[in-house]
Amino acid sequence: MAAETANSDNLRTALYQTHVGLGARMVPFGGWDMPVQYAGVIAEVGAVRGGAGMFDVSHMGRLHIGGPNAAGLLDILLTGSASDLRLGRARYCFICNRDGGVIDDTIFYRLSDDEFLLIPNAGNRPQVVLWFDRQLAHHFDGRGVQITDRTMLTGLIALQGPDAARILDGLCEDFAPGARLARNPGRSPQPSLLRPFAWGRGHIDGRRVFVGRTGYTGEDGFELALGASDAAAIWERLAEAGAVPCGLGARDVLRLEAGLPLHGHELTETITPIEAGLSRFVRRDGGFNGADVLDNQRVYGTNRRLVGLTMPGRSAPRAGYEVLANGAPVGAVSSGSYSPTLEKCVAMAFVETAYAEPGTELTVDIRGRAAAVTTVELPFYRRAS
Amino acid sequence: MNPDDRKYTREHEWVLVEDAAAGMALVGITHYAQDQLGDVVYLELPQVDAAVGYLAKMGEIESVKAVSDLYSPVSGAVTEVNGRLAHEPELVNNDPFGDGWMLRVRMSAPSELDELLDAAGYEAYLGEL
Repeated sequence: MAAETANSDNLRTALYQTHVGLGARMVPFGGWDMPVQYAGVIAEVGAVRGGAGMFDVSHMGRLHIGGPNAAGLLDILLTGSASDLRLGRARYCFICNRDGGVIDDTIFYRLSDDEFLLIPNAGNRPQVVLWFDRQLAHHFDGRGVQITDRTMLTGLIALQGPDAARILDGLCEDFAPGARLARNPGRSPQPSLLRPFAWGRGHIDGRRVFVGRTGYTGEDGFELALGASDAAAIWERLAEAGAVPCGLGARDVLRLEAGLPLHGHELTETITPIEAGLSRFVRRDGGFNGADVLDNQRVYGTNRRLVGLTMPGRSAPRAGYEVLANGAPVGAVSSGSYSPTLEKCVAMAFVETAYAEPGTELTVDIRGRAAAVTTVELPFYRRAS
Repeated sequence: MNPDDRKYTREHEWVLVEDAAAGMALVGITHYAQDQLGDVVYLELPQVDAAVGYLAKMGEIESVKAVSDLYSPVSGAVTEVNGRLAHEPELVNNDPFGDGWMLRVRMSAPSELDELLDAAGYEAYLGEL
């Protein structure tokens, strides 16, 4: 048994005292002290799959990128188009280096013709800001783009689960979508009318919230950006409405069940989106960093591929464990856990492409024990729609 | 919170002497340990008759989040394994000092107990972590 403890040098979100008051166990993550669990990972996963859970994800960055060259710069830096993104919408994609490796994965929202909100991962925020600054100097003589880091002034709460829309509709007042709603039922707009990857603005108890229909759990849900000083009050209102506080432990299990990548595991500066099976988030018309490498990989294939692995039982393959075929190493696990939803173990792994076909029988070296696993298509879990 | 009828390791296992004359003791992990681990889903424990060694690895405990080694607080031979844990590993979370016990051991060197922490010493140790 080794103990992890929160670290006083780390950053704290506006909800830190709320978490401590709830009895959360705090751990260091990406330079922040964050709640890993409250009641327990299994109960929290169940809350998100069967009702509604909420996560403090304020450790992720809020970068505002504005100005006449903002879309042009993002078109160079991101694998998804910024200039094609309609007002009121959001997009998931990658910030790649010139080798096609992933500096970070991100969701970005188009707030206006020349302003975007971009969400980098907690630990990658400093590198992303540096990379953007350097690239701006290179491409536009440093002109026409302002990058403003509002991470410390704001908070971010993810409300996720089948009950998330009902809860948010009940709390959110004067809701205004960022773009005209596709469905117009002839009543006042509500968050539940947002399509996935659309956003709007409203108020909860008179406090301003930015509402994106996005998430990282495989369930329906929202991410709420709000003023740092409003975070605790809004968290409290969500809790009263039935949202169960959930920590990073549950968040990691939920995203793994949903087959969603975690930077540092399925995506790194030496892993490309094509290898990770995420080519649908890489545009085909080129013109962005890494485009040549990624186009090449898309056409000619890659030596390794990300696969899902499943195995019965509860002793899970963990990140770093070797994957073998007929006793010879063919890859490594990138993430793995017992899945409380599926009641078996699930893992993601990079394997030589010859072994990536679904249904391939492989083994994982679980601390010296050869455990039989089967490759499957991702995701492991898909919600009923 | 930590019962004073038993001894503790710095790795957060406990040993409770049931019958000093026969050298029989129960072994488990502490409330602190189960709280740190989170939801326990799997245990890899030695079989009956296996030898365990003083502060030597005796098995593994796996939570949803992570896997950790378990260390035996005493040397001896395993006489019983808590069979309920195979199907109810959550007993380790719910009752670490009672129904969540792991092994019954016949101690071969009971003087090792003198090297372990008592409840007050363990509390003080936790305070330093």
